[in-house]
Amino acid sequence: MKLNKKSKDNYITYAIVMVAYLIFQILSATGNLSSHMTGLLVPMTYYAVIAVALNLCVGILGELSIGHCGFMCIGAFSSAFFSKLTENVLAWPIRFFLAFVIGIAFAALFGFLIGIPVLRLKGDYLAIVTLAFGEIIKNVINAFYIGVDGNGVHFSMKNSMELNMEPDGNLIINGAMGITGTPHNSNFTIGIIVLLLSLFVVQNLINSRDGRAIMAVRDNYIAAEATGINVTRYKMMAFVLSAAIAGAAGVLFSHNITTLTASSQYFGYNASIMILVYVVLGGIGNIRGSVIAACVLYLLPELLRGFSTYRMLIYSIVLIVMMIVNWSPRVIEKREKLAAKIGFGSRKKIAR
Amino acid sequence: MKKYRKVISALVAGVMTASMLAGCGSSADNSQTATTEQAEGEQAAADTLTFKIGAIGPLTGGAAAYGNAVCNAAELAVSEINANGGINGYQVEYSKEDDELNAEKSVNAYNTLKDWGMQFLVGSTTSACSIAVSEYTKNDNMFQLTPSGSAVDCVKYDNVFRVCFSDPNQGIASAQYISDHNLATKVGIIYDSSDVYSNGIYQKFTEESAGKNYEIVSAEAFTQDNNTDFSVQLQKAKDAGADLVFLPIYYKDASLILTQANTMGYSPVFFGVDGMDGILTVDNFDTALAEGVMLLTPFAADATDDLTVNFVSQYQAKYGEVPNQFAADAYDAVYIIKQAIEAKNLTPDMSVSDLCESMKTAMTEIEATGLTSSKMTWEASGEPNKEPKAVVIQNGAYVSAQ
Repeated sequence: MKLNKKSKDNYITYAIVMVAYLIFQILSATGNLSSHMTGLLVPMTYYAVIAVALNLCVGILGELSIGHCGFMCIGAFSSAFFSKLTENVLAWPIRFFLAFVIGIAFAALFGFLIGIPVLRLKGDYLAIVTLAFGEIIKNVINAFYIGVDGNGVHFSMKNSMELNMEPDGNLIINGAMGITGTPHNSNFTIGIIVLLLSLFVVQNLINSRDGRAIMAVRDNYIAAEATGINVTRYKMMAFVLSAAIAGAAGVLFSHNITTLTASSQYFGYNASIMILVYVVLGGIGNIRGSVIAACVLYLLPELLRGFSTYRMLIYSIVLIVMMIVNWSPRVIEKREKLAAKIGFGSRKKIAR
Repeated sequence: MKKYRKVISALVAGVMTASMLAGCGSSADNSQTATTEQAEGEQAAADTLTFKIGAIGPLTGGAAAYGNAVCNAAELAVSEINANGGINGYQVEYSKEDDELNAEKSVNAYNTLKDWGMQFLVGSTTSACSIAVSEYTKNDNMFQLTPSGSAVDCVKYDNVFRVCFSDPNQGIASAQYISDHNLATKVGIIYDSSDVYSNGIYQKFTEESAGKNYEIVSAEAFTQDNNTDFSVQLQKAKDAGADLVFLPIYYKDASLILTQANTMGYSPVFFGVDGMDGILTVDNFDTALAEGVMLLTPFAADATDDLTVNFVSQYQAKYGEVPNQFAADAYDAVYIIKQAIEAKNLTPDMSVSDLCESMKTAMTEIEATGLTSSKMTWEASGEPNKEPKAVVIQNGAYVSAQ
């Protein structure tokens, strides 16, 4: 079978993910994986998933979104709400699957609703609106009080006393206290499956007719429109898909931690910018890079725990160094020369 | 640039593998650097058994003051215990981990401590983190004593106990105190709707206030995103004629509220809960404004009993600041663990799960004396029984209220 260059590139990405998965599974089966590392595996997968989602928006669609954690927040809350409701009704594999469907659907729906006004804007303006959107989602969810009892669903935006629930009622979303006691269903295998699926969707989209149209819109808006591409439609397609995948990351997130609060350390703009850092460091438009960068940058502060209070300082320095080494034109030039010297780069030059 | 993607990805993948291996390899070193000086002093007799106590709290970021207070005080208690011959003759090792006020990182911190060999957990410092961690301590059946996780759900599992009052208890106690002492007829509330702690107290306070001899005339919220200007909330309380303003919030925000109330010439009685403790230490805050402020707190740093005086002077000497109630709770927590271990004659060679089982029964049997109360007992549910103390600020110091 002859593979063209692009699909070969895609297969390398899947292979990297699967090899990493196998290595970790073997390590954990043989008892060589510390509980610290085991605990980091699931967060690594969902940060990789949301990095892929954001890369679709920033790299392929070419629109800077700095509120992507807002979609993750929607996915997390809608799915956790569903799981809490049906915890004793459905068997966990079915429930968790439905939780994914619901989380993704809600995130996509909001992606669509936000997309209508947002995609009329470009560049900085769009970035600011997405930033505002992320903050709005967070604050609105913080004001929600939803409880369920024998009489149905009670809703308030004021406080839990306003719900007037029966004593046997179950308070599901408790304002700023969010949702506690979401069943712990996420595991590394499911995380990897979600990551592979989102990679599959995004990489195939990029290499499809639609993907090329999306990139044409990114590269030259006017030219794309002149050639008959429906700009709004393709922009919306990429944006909604990106929101949906971010929603899937949210589902993994909410089923990994039992306390889900819509606070800024998880869903604020700082968190969104952290995801953007993953994408930028991994390479804008480079899906595989996002996955690797997300894993490395999530692991880094954890592995630096040995340095106690200095770790945040070291983390920031490492971040600066990595950015310079990876993307500074001077360093790239020097690296190019070095690579040519050892014969690695020159061969590649001929190859292309 | 494009042709170097492969080189870059190979490089980054290499870095990742290397860092992973480094992480695996260095875990043993980490635990050694993290142990206290006392434990290092014991290196000569490295094969002797030790109890291992771990603490988790936000050591970096906005809530670092709380996490550092907890971790420092626990460290102080451990070094005192070691200097006095340890627990049942065994020395105690201590390690702390940062959770950045993030439940996810708190679980990571817990796993790190577990790899280190922790047997007892003092933490997490904050409620949401503590709840997330309790899910894991439950699975491992590890004994967890949270010094300051005050949300109801923190002690949901039978292996988790707490030192501080729960949020609802503080709300109930405040309502009762105000009613019993006829402090007010009209009460205004300003609370932080984005904070679990503040919300919990506010909700219970409101429920408990029904049928009391005062009425709640205003309840205004703010969030951590707009906690600099409180003039609207204060104006509403003032317009409603509130003669007491209940502030179930942390002291930083409270200090601004007091300053702004003074500016607008509004001077009701301000009534706080234990989060208000520390208001006298806020930088650039005129402590004269806090005159007459009442608060329910389990700990006052300028109390004159020997235990408090000793703790405050030791803490100040070592860390250069006056300890707050978080520190007091954590200091007590370590001593409570010590007392429970001694009550059951436990030894460090027992498994974590066996230790936990014995600790569970020990906790319901012991009666502890500490900084935060002279008499503390525990229910099997994990809730402490202790008397709330009300203090009033006079001449820049806490005085027991009548």
